[in-house]
Amino acid sequence: MIPEIGLFLCLLALALASVQVLFPTIGLLRGEAAWLAMARPAARAQFGCLLAAFATLVHAFLVNDFSLVYVAQNSNTALPWPFRVSAVWGAHEGSLLLWVLILAGWTYAVTLRDRALPSDIAAVVTAVLGLVSICFLLFMLFTSNPFARGMPAPPDGADLNPLLQDFGLIVHPPMLYMGYVGFAVPFAFAIAALVRGRLTPGWARWARPWALTAWLFLTIGIALGSWWAYYELGWGGWWFWDPVENASFMPWLLGTALIHSLAVTDKRGAFKSWTVLLAIGAFSLSLLGTFLVRSGVLTSVHAFATDPARGVFILGILGLCVGGSLTLYAWRGPSVLAGGSYAPVSRETFLLANSLLLAVATATILLGTVYPLVLDAFGLGKISVGPPYFNLVFGLLMIPLALALGWGQFARWKEESLGRLWLQLRFAAGAALMVGLCIAFAVDGPARATTAVGLALATWIVASTLTGLWARCAGRASPLTALISQPRSFVGQAIAHCGFALTIAGVCLTVALSVDRHERMAPGDSRQLGEYEFRFESLNEYAGPNYQADEARFTIYRNGKLVTELNPQKRFYKVRGMPMTEAGIDPGFTRDLYVSLGEPLEGKTWSVRLHYKAYVRWVWLGAILMATGGLLAATDRRYRQTVSAPAAAGLQAQEP
Amino acid sequence: MTPRRKRMLVIGLLVVGMGLATALILQAFNENLMYFYSPTDVQAGKAPEARDFRIGGLVVVGSVQRATDKLAVEFTLSDLKQEVVVRYEGILPDLFREGQGIVANGKLGPDGVFAAREVLAKHDENYMPPEVADALGRPGPDATLTRSTP
Repeated sequence: MIPEIGLFLCLLALALASVQVLFPTIGLLRGEAAWLAMARPAARAQFGCLLAAFATLVHAFLVNDFSLVYVAQNSNTALPWPFRVSAVWGAHEGSLLLWVLILAGWTYAVTLRDRALPSDIAAVVTAVLGLVSICFLLFMLFTSNPFARGMPAPPDGADLNPLLQDFGLIVHPPMLYMGYVGFAVPFAFAIAALVRGRLTPGWARWARPWALTAWLFLTIGIALGSWWAYYELGWGGWWFWDPVENASFMPWLLGTALIHSLAVTDKRGAFKSWTVLLAIGAFSLSLLGTFLVRSGVLTSVHAFATDPARGVFILGILGLCVGGSLTLYAWRGPSVLAGGSYAPVSRETFLLANSLLLAVATATILLGTVYPLVLDAFGLGKISVGPPYFNLVFGLLMIPLALALGWGQFARWKEESLGRLWLQLRFAAGAALMVGLCIAFAVDGPARATTAVGLALATWIVASTLTGLWARCAGRASPLTALISQPRSFVGQAIAHCGFALTIAGVCLTVALSVDRHERMAPGDSRQLGEYEFRFESLNEYAGPNYQADEARFTIYRNGKLVTELNPQKRFYKVRGMPMTEAGIDPGFTRDLYVSLGEPLEGKTWSVRLHYKAYVRWVWLGAILMATGGLLAATDRRYRQTVSAPAAAGLQAQEP
Repeated sequence: MTPRRKRMLVIGLLVVGMGLATALILQAFNENLMYFYSPTDVQAGKAPEARDFRIGGLVVVGSVQRATDKLAVEFTLSDLKQEVVVRYEGILPDLFREGQGIVANGKLGPDGVFAAREVLAKHDENYMPPEVADALGRPGPDATLTRSTP
């Protein structure tokens, strides 16, 4: 009975989403405010319905209602309860319900803050979000209903994929979806601006905190995914340029371009159309990501569905969204890059370079991700694009990006003199050069050049950020007070840029200094990795709630002193009959020690993977800093104040 | 320079820069493409010799041979028509098993043995990599690949 209520609530949500689209449309056509006003309550009720529907599915998992096909396929009575909750979004149908729930949540949040917007713009924004919601609700109900019953109900479920029985799965998808779906809000703002023909600086100010919030969630989501892959797949990799990773990385890159371009539009009124295009692009790439992951065109841990109907359906949504919004853009969008004027050397120019480089980086990743799929779809051969392509091209593009970042965050708006820039930033440049040279001498091996360049760039970013802070605070009567009283958006920017530098440094250092060895070991054996001695002490049996495991005990010594003890496992999940590698990891600020079991060879001899992972945590710490910076910027005071009366009036006055 | 000239110069530089970047990107792209070949293709001499490619097929039952002192392993890959011997050194993925479909990346040696750099298998008992399913001429379920690189 309860699942039927859930299904009914989804249908009700669909009806409410239709109200959310139709009423404002009629209201705009007939110019009646009362019709516009229906959008807000409809959107809020839709969120309530989906929240309740989601709760019924969670309930079905908690009480092990195996009469639901989805529960039977993805849960089991022996599954610990936290994983039964996260199993709700562990496969296709449930994760789609989470997708629409999060979309409704974002819409709800928009309705809480939209009093600052002119009523017609607010109504169009809500209507566009409603339209996206209709598409995905129809998709869910027609091709992937999580509430479908199966007859007869099996006595027990097929269990959740063991790879997903992990803390990472509990948090990674919701964060990622918050980011993906969050870009629907700037997208809706962009469409509203195009539909109403008003592209004013006030528009950018509204869209900014939403874009920043979506971006910060996506940052966390991607970092969590990388961290999860690192410890759960058991071979110590943290980024593979896998199509699914690329699918989440592309909207992130364009989203990064978007938040910077929005800043220019907000402060200077320039790049308006480019910003709109980026908002459309970021959300379109989120949809493309959903298509790639859900349609089964990819083979990866994320590809749940193989049903071609699903792929066609999402492709339809994607076509509708991209085609429709780009047509609208071509029709209504004024010429790109129009707006406020600026000199060739100015903050605007550096931010434009940033945008273009990020867009090119996105395009190169898109090429490497989609080209093989297109070739395959037309039967022109099966190819794959190797990671060296992505590493080389993406790495090269990051060099001018990091250089422009250092200048750009320091340059003045409108016009800047190269002489002043050089005077202010010569110490930062000197520090970067010094670090680069030192690294070039200290590091040996094939990664020498990339490490030196990478660390020089990281130093350059941090040093120019600090110079910027210094310039703002040093001349004041009380530098410390000046530092504390800086606006949050400025502090956020500084922190996020330092985070970016930390990630660059982490990536370069871990590639250059890590040691990775496959060894043949039996209890009693030991191996030396750099300063660390890995001793295989013993091998034991271990019984988990729904798995059996071989557990090895490793002790690691450094100069004869015990550093840590690791217990990697090779698990065998009984229900799915699937083996799983559970790595033993000793995390540290400058290094991780990582041991995972390969396979039993003969007797008690195993193949064992031993890692010394240098500075790998920096990669994710940098992401945390970036997200923190985003949070600070999104909560800056200027967005919390409602738009001032003159600004709103200015918008009304520009009615075409 | 007049502002108009200046603007033309900037646009010209942008176009040249973008063109150069595109050419370099496509060059890198082309150098890193990996094609997929079945054992039949390989035996027919269609596979490149100096270049990495992917090969897929079923691991022939009873063909897996391990060295006793190292992690070297050799096995035969079949598409039910032709066979190719694959050599790999390192840890095989969790779901590598005889009789199962796998994909390997690597180079073909002069001795006709495929030296794999990476072996991919899937987290599912009934898995058949789509390339392998196609090579075998029957559809296979789609799914998760796990990796193994030395």
